[in-house]
Amino acid sequence: MYEFAYHRPNSVRKAASLTASGEAKLLAGGQTLLPTMKQRLAAPDALVDLAGIEVLQGIELKGRTLHIGAMTRHADVASNATVREALPALASLAGGIGDPHVRAMGTLGGSIANNDPAADYPAACLGLGATIVTNKRRIAADDFFTGMFETALEDGEIITKVLFPLPRRAAYAKFDNPASRYALVGVFVSKRGRDIRVAVTGAGPCVFRVPAMEEALGRRFSPKSLEDISVDAGDLNSDIHASAEYRAHLVGVMARRAVLAT
Amino acid sequence: MPKVTMTVNGTSASADVEPRTLLSQFLRDHLRLTGTHVGCDTSQCGACVVHVDGRAVKSCTTLAVQWNGASVTTIEGLASGDQLHPMQEAFREHHGLQCGFCTPGMIMAAVDMVNRHGGVPDEKTIREGLEGNICRCTGYHNIVKAIGAGAAAMTGGKQAAE
Repeated sequence: MYEFAYHRPNSVRKAASLTASGEAKLLAGGQTLLPTMKQRLAAPDALVDLAGIEVLQGIELKGRTLHIGAMTRHADVASNATVREALPALASLAGGIGDPHVRAMGTLGGSIANNDPAADYPAACLGLGATIVTNKRRIAADDFFTGMFETALEDGEIITKVLFPLPRRAAYAKFDNPASRYALVGVFVSKRGRDIRVAVTGAGPCVFRVPAMEEALGRRFSPKSLEDISVDAGDLNSDIHASAEYRAHLVGVMARRAVLAT
Repeated sequence: MPKVTMTVNGTSASADVEPRTLLSQFLRDHLRLTGTHVGCDTSQCGACVVHVDGRAVKSCTTLAVQWNGASVTTIEGLASGDQLHPMQEAFREHHGLQCGFCTPGMIMAAVDMVNRHGGVPDEKTIREGLEGNICRCTGYHNIVKAIGAGAAAMTGGKQAAE
C-alpha cells in the first residue's frame, strides 16, 4: 500500500470538506477499499474514516420506512431485531454477505457507494425502491446505480442513510460463488401495493430490473408466471465463474426461488 | 506519524505508526505478538482473525489507526497462564489442526461464534461460521468437532438459541 494521510472527522460536514480537495477517499468498513489499495489498484493520498461520525450509525423504523445509517455494519443489520421483524429479507441478505469477519466490518453505505456488480446490497436497494440520502440530496435507487462500480454520487457527496419502504412481501435468492460468497446471480423480489420489483445483481455489469418479470408478477404473483420469461445473455457477464448463458439461466431460477420464498 | 494506543490482551500498548500500518502488522511487528498469522493477506483465509471490541475481524484488512482506544484480543490473550482456553483445549483434544498455521484464526473465529450464538451451535452453523477461515491441510471435520466440543465447554453444553 502506498502512503496516505488518515483523517477521522466527527461530522459529515468535516468529512465532506476533507474529501473536497485532492485524491482523498472515504473509508467505511474498508473491506473492499483496503484490499484494493494493497493491490495498488487504488492509491488515494488521504483516507477519511467515517467511523467517528455518530449520525451515520443506527437503525430506526419510522412508520412504514426503515432508516439505516450508512455506517451500519452488515452483522448489525443481520442481527437487528427491528430489521428481522420488519424486513426479514434484508436481514437475511445482510447475513449472507461475505463471511462473519467481513460482515463485522463492512457497511451498507460502503457497499452501495462501491457498487460492485456482484454485491448484494444494490439488489436490495433497487429491489425495494429504496431512497439513498446523502449530505446533499435524496436519490432514488433507480437513479443511483449508474454502471459498473459507478453511482450518481458526486465528489464530496457522502451517503448518510438509506430509507427502505416496507414491502408487503420480499425475498432475496442468491446463487453465490462458493469461494468469494459474492453473488454469481442474486435476485431481489418485492411487492408493495402495485409496485412490483425484480432486481438482479451479479449477472450484468450493474444491478438491473427485469420489467418483463415485474409485469408478469403483476398479473399473478407466482413463480409460474416467470416460467416463460428469459433475459438476454448478450448483456450479461461471462468469466471463469460462469458463462453469460448460465447466468441468464440462473436469473430465471433465482427469480422463481425468490418469489416462492416471499 | 500518528500515535496509536489500544488495549491488547488486557495491557495498554502504544506506538507511532504510519497510517498504512495494518492491524496485523501492528500486532506482529510492533508488539511482537506473532501468534496472529498472515496467510493470504487478501482478506480471504482468516488466519489473521482477532477480536476488536468484542468482534472477530480480519486484522490484515483493517488499519491500526482505525482502532485507537479499542480493546483487542489475540490468540495470545485467550489462555490464562498455563491453563488453555476451553476452545484451545478442544482443538488439542480433537486434533483440530495439522500444520497449525490457520489455527489462531480458527480459534478466534470459533470463540466469536460461540459468543454470538450464546450456546453450542449446530454443525451447519459451525460450518457457515467458518466461511471466512481456510484450512489447506486436511479439511474441516476435526475443526468442526473441536468447535462443538469447545462451545460445550465454554457454555456448559447449553444449546444455541437458533
